[in-house]
Amino acid sequence: MPLVKNAKITNDLFVHVPDGAELPGNGAILVSAARFLEDPEAILRRAAKVGVIWPNNRDLDDLVPYLERLAAVALVFPSFRDGRAYSQARLLRERHGFDGELRATGQVLRDQFVFMLRAGFDAFEVRKDSDAEAFATTAKRYSVFYQPTGDGRVTALHRRMQQRHSESAGQ
Amino acid sequence: MTSPLEQKKIKLAGPSMVTANRTWDGVVIYRTAQQGWSANLSDAAIVRTSDEARTLLGEATADDVGAIGAYIAPVEVEDGGAVRPGNLREHIRSEGLTIALPA
Amino acid sequence: MYAYDELDRTLINERVSEFRDQVKRRLSGELTEDEFKMLRLQNGVYLQLHAYMFRVAIPYGTLSSKQLRALAHVARKYDRGYGHFTTRQNIQFNWIKLAELPDALADLAEVGIHAMQTSGNNTRNVTSDQWAGVAPGEVEDPRIWSELLRQYTTLHPEFSFLPRKFKFAITASDHDRAAIKIHDIGLRLYKNAEGATGFEVLVGGGLGRTPFIGKTIKPFVHGRDILSYVEAILRVYNQYGRRDNIYKARIKILVHELGIEKFAHEVEEEWQQMRDSALTLDDSVIEEIRSRFSYPAYERLAHMPDELKKAAHDPKFEAWRRNSVFTHKVQGYSIVTLSLKPVGGPPGDATAEQMDAIADLADKYSFGEIRVGHEQNLVLPHVARRDLPVLWKALDKIGVATPNINLVSDIIACPGLDYCSLANARSIPIAQELTRRFANHDTANLIGRLHINISGCINACGHHHVGHIGILGVEKNGEEFYQITIGGRADEDAQMGTLIGPAVPYGEVADVIEDIVEAYLALRARPDELFVDTVKRLGVEPFRERVYATR
Repeated sequence: MPLVKNAKITNDLFVHVPDGAELPGNGAILVSAARFLEDPEAILRRAAKVGVIWPNNRDLDDLVPYLERLAAVALVFPSFRDGRAYSQARLLRERHGFDGELRATGQVLRDQFVFMLRAGFDAFEVRKDSDAEAFATTAKRYSVFYQPTGDGRVTALHRRMQQRHSESAGQ
Repeated sequence: MTSPLEQKKIKLAGPSMVTANRTWDGVVIYRTAQQGWSANLSDAAIVRTSDEARTLLGEATADDVGAIGAYIAPVEVEDGGAVRPGNLREHIRSEGLTIALPA
Repeated sequence: MYAYDELDRTLINERVSEFRDQVKRRLSGELTEDEFKMLRLQNGVYLQLHAYMFRVAIPYGTLSSKQLRALAHVARKYDRGYGHFTTRQNIQFNWIKLAELPDALADLAEVGIHAMQTSGNNTRNVTSDQWAGVAPGEVEDPRIWSELLRQYTTLHPEFSFLPRKFKFAITASDHDRAAIKIHDIGLRLYKNAEGATGFEVLVGGGLGRTPFIGKTIKPFVHGRDILSYVEAILRVYNQYGRRDNIYKARIKILVHELGIEKFAHEVEEEWQQMRDSALTLDDSVIEEIRSRFSYPAYERLAHMPDELKKAAHDPKFEAWRRNSVFTHKVQGYSIVTLSLKPVGGPPGDATAEQMDAIADLADKYSFGEIRVGHEQNLVLPHVARRDLPVLWKALDKIGVATPNINLVSDIIACPGLDYCSLANARSIPIAQELTRRFANHDTANLIGRLHINISGCINACGHHHVGHIGILGVEKNGEEFYQITIGGRADEDAQMGTLIGPAVPYGEVADVIEDIVEAYLALRARPDELFVDTVKRLGVEPFRERVYATR
């Protein structure tokens, strides 16, 4: 399953360590929320990067205290139609200021890339190779956005108002 | 006519067929005995047991490109062998609306 | 009318390109139906019994004549020459081909029409009062706020995959013509004691299998906070709405299971953390949207022009005028309702020819504007009273002047089993027969205001729960049966109707309705006691007795 970052397929620096398996001595790891919370300090003591896979049906509260020390958070789309991770992503970025890697996992398909980018995801475990290859073009599908999210894009409303200001300023 | 979209168990009330809609234009189609589809009810493969129905439905569902929403529906087989729709819903699907088109 | 600018049009065009690509990938097999279905729903494309159905958005029920002509064009070019106006102010085409949809959408995009989010588990058309902007006594035009909400909810990245569909309605009048109490979020616009504009916010209304009247979650949300407050509600719903059972996935179930106080508390907690954000609407933003709405340059006209005085001699004209013409907030003008409920016809349908003709009449007599009401009729909102006689002649010629607005034959019906794959029973032929039984206008006027709503299944797209008389199609042993309820209301006194007895077979429904009406005429305290008030006063029993005495 290709990983996409910065709009292109890239090597995944993180190793997903299944529950029960020993943590490798070095290298970035992704562990489940359950495992992480059993002994977060022990896991974070590792020199290498730690990421947590957070389920989409669990509040972020228990994760928030550790965000500053996490290199990555992976959120889950069990089905592309289950949109809970979009809320989680926005809360992580916009409310809790998380600036590490925010990864989309699960049924990650082409036609949700733009929504995911807008919600704050910057890494994507893409189901299909063809979708991963099309990421860059897909991300450019839309140039107009009506509502503000944490992605910094100016909304249509504000673009209009800016236009009007500059028009009248130019007079 | 309870929507067959809610079908889970396969239990035949009598002779049945598998029907769906053609993906590209939505036209009503019937699964034939030749692993294909026809827009004519008379070409529909008739099944009489749950197993036969399950097999036919599985085969129909596998054609995801050509057809959508396949399900098992009842038919009436007349003495001469002619196949008629088995309920009002299938009657409407094969014959059209029970009301006149406005245009 | 809101004027779409380059940005709005760019978004619609980008959406069309995206859907064109998605259809291509579906037809090539690159996308499975399982992956595609939600995408096509998000563009208003359903599968019905014998074809696809295409639901086009008419934001808050407002159309320009140019847009109505484009709808006629789609009906002619891609469909079978007609369209159906829905209980959510949208229009549906019933015979569309998937392969041609991107072209149809492209044609519509040229006039600023789209089908974004008219289906799927997302936020749907923000409906409003079809008399918005022209109703006397209105606080202010609710469509400004509908447009703000429409933009806010369109392609919202966080809320495009909700547990289930989500519907908004806004009213700004004392008499609620938008049925806000049966919506997921209902907004009542008003000015508080300090003169500030804001909303009473209701949540959790809805019909279907488990009908609920919406509950007030917050009595006053300031206009500037409405988007952030709505975002808080949607976020709580997105996270906690049930996803395990589609029959329990609407917000009304979450509100019911938590209780309104707890739900309000959850929303308030969320809102307090994000209320002062980019979503706060300052005056300049509201003014920006308001400035894009254009209003007619009304003339100063007499209330009783000569043309009207002369036409008063024509009883047919007068019958229509008294029934279908309503008071406008500007003197000398009227609000005219066009009946899409001809005797013997399917309710809410219009042919391409009718649409073109109505567009021309709108240009001549209504400043180019048409409205769609959730009762499935059309409205010309700015007609000068002096033009009423000549307009009437033209409307009568094209068959949209049946003087039955709000009367027993002004029936609201879903498409039912003739079209819909969810249906248990047919609804259109029932409606048609009822219009024939009550075709006599004197009788209909004698009966007075009486709303009949027909749904072909429990999903209640015909809003039968809130009909004065509600008719629900069910299936019994392969036969079509109908449950009858009475006493429902959809307005500010919204309530569900009460079942009068066991379901009756298809062939008897019209007789039963006649019996109910007869009972009402016999039981009413005065000629002007409305049906729904007689039911309130006497309860269901006297009606039940009369209907089931011989059945």
